[in-house]
Order: sequence, then structure tokens, then C-alpha cells
Amino acid sequence: MLRRSPLIVLLSLEIMLNAGNLALIAFARQIGEMDGQVFALAVMAVAAGEVAVGLGLIVAMARRDIALDVDQASALRG
Amino acid sequence: MGNFIVWVVWFAAAAGCLGSGVAVVSVQNPFYSALALIGNLASLAVLYLLLAAEFLAAAQVLVYAGAVMVMFLFVIAYLGGRADAPWAGGPPLLRTAAVVAAAAILVEVVVVLGLAWGDNLSEPEVPGTFGDPGEIGELFLTEHLLAFEITSIVLLIAAIGGVVLGTTREKDGPN
Repeated sequence: MLRRSPLIVLLSLEIMLNAGNLALIAFARQIGEMDGQVFALAVMAVAAGEVAVGLGLIVAMARRDIALDVDQASALRG
Repeated sequence: MGNFIVWVVWFAAAAGCLGSGVAVVSVQNPFYSALALIGNLASLAVLYLLLAAEFLAAAQVLVYAGAVMVMFLFVIAYLGGRADAPWAGGPPLLRTAAVVAAAAILVEVVVVLGLAWGDNLSEPEVPGTFGDPGEIGELFLTEHLLAFEITSIVLLIAAIGGVVLGTTREKDGPN
């Protein structure tokens, strides 16, 4: 993994969700149906929820003085 | 002439999208990463406009660039120096493999699209109301009512989860 800050992980997650959104909208335009745009709106809502929970997690980690490094937060690793 | 302008705008938006996307993951300072992501979202909104998704372009700017990114910047400012994440590097093999994998996916997509629509890649005519807020709202409340309700529940649960994670309990100390 190249970046270990959970903040950068969240930002990259946004890029991935937006890539999916772009594909949905492009195919909606190509096929001429609007269902893709409707689903892209749902993806946007999921992305907003993900940011709310993810940033809450990061702030909680910072408050408890846990290192902001996704490699060190491995207590749940099997 | 109009077609030429569309091509220029499309090329500029696509290049801005790719460039800012690379900047998000390669810039050292997370503050500049977030700013680059705002640029990425703005150029994506231009692409959405070109794809006849006016409402989604507006929602993209309002929801992402307006609300989500402000929250990101607040958290980055709150964390201060602790948010910094130096480029961990990783073996050069990994970087080469990532680029090769991305190129393979690109080739795959182009081949599949070419096979499916090869001689018919021109976009179909759509009515002027395509992408209107009214049309999207109607679809949401008729055909996709279940998705709409699930989305609202997801947002509600996410809001509750954010509050729960952000609250400090007494035993955690005054921090």
C-alpha cells in the first residue's frame, strides 16, 4: 500500500465511487434510459454516508491517540 | 463549430479529471489532496453536463464540492500535522504492476465497447427533458421507489453512526 493515512484512503474511495458514477451516467446516455442517472444519485448518497461514518472513525481514532496509520490499526486481523 | 467546442471542453474536462485524480494520491500534504479532489469533482461535473445529466452535475457540485469536501477540510484542519502521510513508496514492482493492470482494464473496456457498439458509437437522440430534476424525481417515486427508501434509511443510519462515533463518553476522559 502506498499511502497509509486513513484520510487518503477515504479520498481515494471517493474517486472510485465517482468512477462508477461516471460509468453509470455515460451508459445511461448511450442507451438513452435515465435509470443510470437515478442509480448514480443513490451512489452519491452512499458516498456521503460513507464520508460521515469514515470521518467520524478518523476523529475517534485521533481522540484516543491511536496512530493514523491503517497498517497499525490491525486488531481485527484474522 | 459547436461540435468542435464540445470536443475541446470534453478533452479539457477529461484531462483535468485524470490529472487531479493522480494528484490526489501523489501529493504529500493531505490538504492539497483534498483540494485536488475538489478539482476532480468539478471536472467530473463538466463531464456530466456533456452527458446530458444537468441535475446530477448540480448535485455533484452541491453535495460533494459543497458539503462533503468542507467536512474533509475541517477534519484535516482538526488533525493538523497528524494527518500527514508520507509517501510510503512500496516496491517499484508494485507501481509497475498497478500501471500495467490499469492499462489492461482500459484495453479490455475499449475492446468490449468496440465489439458491442463498434459501428454504432454515436449517441442516440434523447428528448430535451433527459436528465431533468422532474424526470429523475418521477423515476425515483415510481419505478425506483424501493431504492429511494433504502437510500434514505442508509443516510439516516450514517448520520446516527457519525454522531455515535463523534460522541465522547465520560470514562474516555476530557479529551
